[in-house]
Amino acid sequence: MHKKPLSKQIYDARWCYLFVLPCSILTGMFVIYPIGMSWYFSLLDWSGFTKEAKFIGLQNYYEAVNDEFFWDAFIRSFIFMFGTVPVKIVLGFIIAVFLNNQVLKLAPFFRTVIFMPVVTAIAIIGIVMTFVFSPFNGPANKFLMSTNLTSAPIDFLGNPDTVLPTVMGVYVWKWLGITMMYWLAALQTVPQDVYDAAKIDGAEGYRLWIHIILPIVLPFAIVIILVEAVGALNVFPLIETMTAGGPFFSSEVMEIYIFRTAFVTDSGTMPRLGYACAAGVFWGVAVLFITVLQGLWMRRTRRI
Amino acid sequence: MSRYLNFIAEKNQVKYLIITIAFIIFSFFWIYPLLWVLSASFKTDFEIWGGLGLIPDRLVWENFERAWFGANMGRYFFNTLIITVVSVIIVVVTTGMFGYVIGRYSFPGKKILIGILISTIFIPQGYTIIPVFDLLNNLNISKNLIGLTLATAGHTPVIYILLFAGYFSRVPVELEEAAKMDGAGFVRTFISIMLPLTKPVVATVSILQVLHAWNDFLLPVVITLGNPDIRTLSVGVYAFKGEYFVDWSGMAAASVITILPIIILFLFMQKYFVEGVQGAVKG
Repeated sequence: MHKKPLSKQIYDARWCYLFVLPCSILTGMFVIYPIGMSWYFSLLDWSGFTKEAKFIGLQNYYEAVNDEFFWDAFIRSFIFMFGTVPVKIVLGFIIAVFLNNQVLKLAPFFRTVIFMPVVTAIAIIGIVMTFVFSPFNGPANKFLMSTNLTSAPIDFLGNPDTVLPTVMGVYVWKWLGITMMYWLAALQTVPQDVYDAAKIDGAEGYRLWIHIILPIVLPFAIVIILVEAVGALNVFPLIETMTAGGPFFSSEVMEIYIFRTAFVTDSGTMPRLGYACAAGVFWGVAVLFITVLQGLWMRRTRRI
Repeated sequence: MSRYLNFIAEKNQVKYLIITIAFIIFSFFWIYPLLWVLSASFKTDFEIWGGLGLIPDRLVWENFERAWFGANMGRYFFNTLIITVVSVIIVVVTTGMFGYVIGRYSFPGKKILIGILISTIFIPQGYTIIPVFDLLNNLNISKNLIGLTLATAGHTPVIYILLFAGYFSRVPVELEEAAKMDGAGFVRTFISIMLPLTKPVVATVSILQVLHAWNDFLLPVVITLGNPDIRTLSVGVYAFKGEYFVDWSGMAAASVITILPIIILFLFMQKYFVEGVQGAVKG
């Protein structure tokens, strides 16, 4: 059978093209086009609210890499990632192992409870947590003081030393349900006879886990780590509503930095969309770089 | 009696009992913040900061009245509802069509299309938000719900398409051929044969999109910067915090208005939430 000419192929597939059109238009408008435009905007000296925009080449980038707030935020984003992802992976795994047990009658109930924060609007969680961690009679401090764990209230969100760990803790709490679900999906791919066979061979406890279960769930682990790592770099709503990057910029991650330079004007400075785009592009490229790196690592591990 | 003894006697059962109790305590602490805000929404300001107890002395329904009318949460509720419902419809129809074609047919350019899609998976929202804002301004739809709804639907996770494509690709070919024999065209085959088969995926994608649209924050906060009338609930509560920052109980009520519908939806349709979330790593 010889191949049809391209024009005929395209004509035969006309319905296919029609079907992919609506989604392609939307994605083009709200994902592809913005990506392209942010590259262009980043070359402009432009406030975003007037038509006046001046082409200034790479000057925004030059300014960004020389701004220490930029690098602080940049590094803080990665601190956030390295501080939360391992905790989520390990904790989620432990919980999933327990809840994967058929004998545990209340497992579905616990699963629901742990998943509950995931479906709760993130902005609301951020706002509620400012109450919960308030130094003025907030429940967290009240609990710590009534159990004599501390003698004076801790200003969790007002102290530059405690603010980031607190936000990271809330982040883990908010999204742990997702990690648990990922792990449960992974554990459910381990066939029952593998457990049974291992039991017969006398593999118990940690040996069962290290030699039998872990190799099976490892490919999942890599995907989970990848998804979690990218997720941990997108924390704008939580931090914006909990601390808005404060106090004294001590919880300002990259997305907050971009938002602040683009829109927020309370410091009396002009909003600078062009500059914010440059910071965003720099950031997007960094994230992409990490994703690709992880993807390559993933491929290598899978081949083994 | 004998059953009870059995229960204690077996070593494993004791272990499970301990684990269960540990999980019950853990669960209580886990959802305490959510229970706390629910209870605060029925308390007076004075009572909120009084103690750790969760049961209010008396149900103060006026908190909800203040939030719903005074802080405009009623309006924001319907804004959010419209955005959510319309964006779910748009997303299900467009990604369903896309997934169908990708999952069942091959045509010139398919690989390129998939490649472009995959490459957008990890684009942070913060990266596209400024041009989206500018685009809506230029199209003159940034001041009403149309722009916000379209942008919410447009930021579609690729996972929806993959869920549809995966499902459609497993439908037996015979079904389609039978439809063709009956003289059904491309569109009719899709609507009357294929679509009814994918109800589980439609449900899963809908749920995920509801979750995304209802809870989204970055996009609505940017789009509604100059237009308080089209705020969503999340943005409304955030603005509430800035404007009436001493009205704790009102804010708790506003928070409950925002989170309760989704929590109820989740409790009833948990299966689809779980499938949607797990689809991301299974694929």
